Amino acid sequence: MDLMLREYLPVVILLALAIGLGLVLILAAAVLAVRNPDPEKVSAYECGFNAFDDARMKFDVRFYLVSILFIIFDLEVAFLFPWAVAFGEISMVGFWSMMVFLGVLTIGFAYEWKKGALEWA
Amino acid sequence: MLQSDLATVLPELILAIYAMGALMFGVSSGKDQTTGTLTWATAGMFVALALWIGFGNAGDRSAFGGMFTDDNFARFAKITILLSAAAVLLISQDYMARRDLARFEYPVLVSLSVIGMMMMVSAGDLMALYMGLELQSLALYVVAALRRDSARSTEAGLKYFVLGALSSGLLLYGASLTYGYAGTTLFSGILSTVNEEVPLGLLFGLVFMLAGLAFKVSAAPFHMWTPDVYEGSPTPVTAFFATAPKVAAMALIARLAYDAFGGIPDDWSQVLSALAVLSMFWGALAAIGQRDIKRLMAYSSIAHMGFALVGLAAGTAEGVQAMLIYMAIYVAMNVGTFAFILSMERDGKPVTDIASLNMYSRTDPMKALAMLVLLFSLAGVPPMLGFFGKFYVFRAAVDADMAWLALAGAVASVIGAYYYLRVVFYMYFGTEGDRLDSRMAPAQWLALVAVAAAMLLGIINLFGIESAAALAAESLVR
Repeated sequence: MDLMLREYLPVVILLALAIGLGLVLILAAAVLAVRNPDPEKVSAYECGFNAFDDARMKFDVRFYLVSILFIIFDLEVAFLFPWAVAFGEISMVGFWSMMVFLGVLTIGFAYEWKKGALEWA
Repeated sequence: MLQSDLATVLPELILAIYAMGALMFGVSSGKDQTTGTLTWATAGMFVALALWIGFGNAGDRSAFGGMFTDDNFARFAKITILLSAAAVLLISQDYMARRDLARFEYPVLVSLSVIGMMMMVSAGDLMALYMGLELQSLALYVVAALRRDSARSTEAGLKYFVLGALSSGLLLYGASLTYGYAGTTLFSGILSTVNEEVPLGLLFGLVFMLAGLAFKVSAAPFHMWTPDVYEGSPTPVTAFFATAPKVAAMALIARLAYDAFGGIPDDWSQVLSALAVLSMFWGALAAIGQRDIKRLMAYSSIAHMGFALVGLAAGTAEGVQAMLIYMAIYVAMNVGTFAFILSMERDGKPVTDIASLNMYSRTDPMKALAMLVLLFSLAGVPPMLGFFGKFYVFRAAVDADMAWLALAGAVASVIGAYYYLRVVFYMYFGTEGDRLDSRMAPAQWLALVAVAAAMLLGIINLFGIESAAALAAESLVR
């Protein structure tokens, strides 16, 4: 038990360091920094123009869909890489498992396509 | 090898292929006119699979190196899950169609979540457990927000998602601790570690995992999402939440407790009895002030989970049997009650206010009588079937020298009886006011009356679920 806990000591030190440093940096900005705000300083910067509108604007939900789609295919690649590297050693079961996985993903993709989620008109 | 593995998971496999096929069929035929067909097909699929699992070859099998277990316990839970999901789909179809909610994705998502539940009750490995749990939960998050133009429904979906993710985090943390101390994610491996000497970290892992699962069965003190999600979700979705997922999560707790931590029943039994007592009392007390029948059913389900946990906390085969019987009865009662709640409307608009039931017995004596039987059964008044469910779990607790737990349960069920009986009071002796419409879809009427009749007729032999549950418990508690 003791031995095992000692093995984790570096992690604890790292954690303490990370939390400590993070707190110091945040607090230092609050304690040390000089602050005299004026309207020009706190207004939003937009390439030298006056700000056109509020920064918190609504944007199209389709960006969100595309990003979800990206995550799915990103993960797919993350699975495909080790599979491809170990391709020589895996059996036919490994090969077909991946094919089934890709098939399931394709069904999801076909659904999204058919639903019109990819259309930007 | 692979062939026999695939043969073991064949029901899940067929359902998965069906769900994907249904998704492709639904989306390729354009708008949602296929929803009715798909709902019936999915319900038929569930019933067919339940019959197949029920009458198929018995015997304990495991697949994929022990990751998937198919035994009597898993089969009992699967049949309960499949039948209740089918019943909920059928009673909600009319509501969905009339409220402009009939999207073809709904039956598909329900079947995906049912696959997850079937994986959960068969899990033989922490990873299989998590995969099943997430497959179930992710589909449920989506259906909670099914009415996406309603702020309350989306709020319910978001709330459920955030708290569900939190509970998954707790569960995963516990699983990683367990893996760290046991050196394996297989339940059989964890069991052999537990049988030698129990490291402290393993106990932490166990408690974290139980806390994560308590979220899923909505046991107090991890219940806070339940009332809001039940109230905000469309009523058919609430009916689904209250039935099949509860059975799956409860069965999963039993499987984890016995298959992985069977060597230390005293340790998890403490946790489960604490959860049980808190749930029973909180469910009974907090429901008293409720004015909305969906919120009332949420607290009612919290209390019922407490009673089912009493059976598990007993730590005996008798206790597991009692838990299974309790869950089967609970699911049946909820299907009947929600069939009625789904039909509650005034001038064509759905209402969920309890006060709208005033003098309902004048409008429709037959349905009021059926509801009376169901509410008495939910309260646990003899001679309805609900009483026998409670009787079994309390007897299991007393036999396991936990008479205090049974006593606490009895007190809580007396307190809880108040709010069920109040609804009955409104129906029979309430004040005159606007009445509910008497319209009810045939499927709902059938479910309501059939379940109410079953609550009375079942006292003869419990429809044989007693012996089936005993077999299931035997295969789990070795």
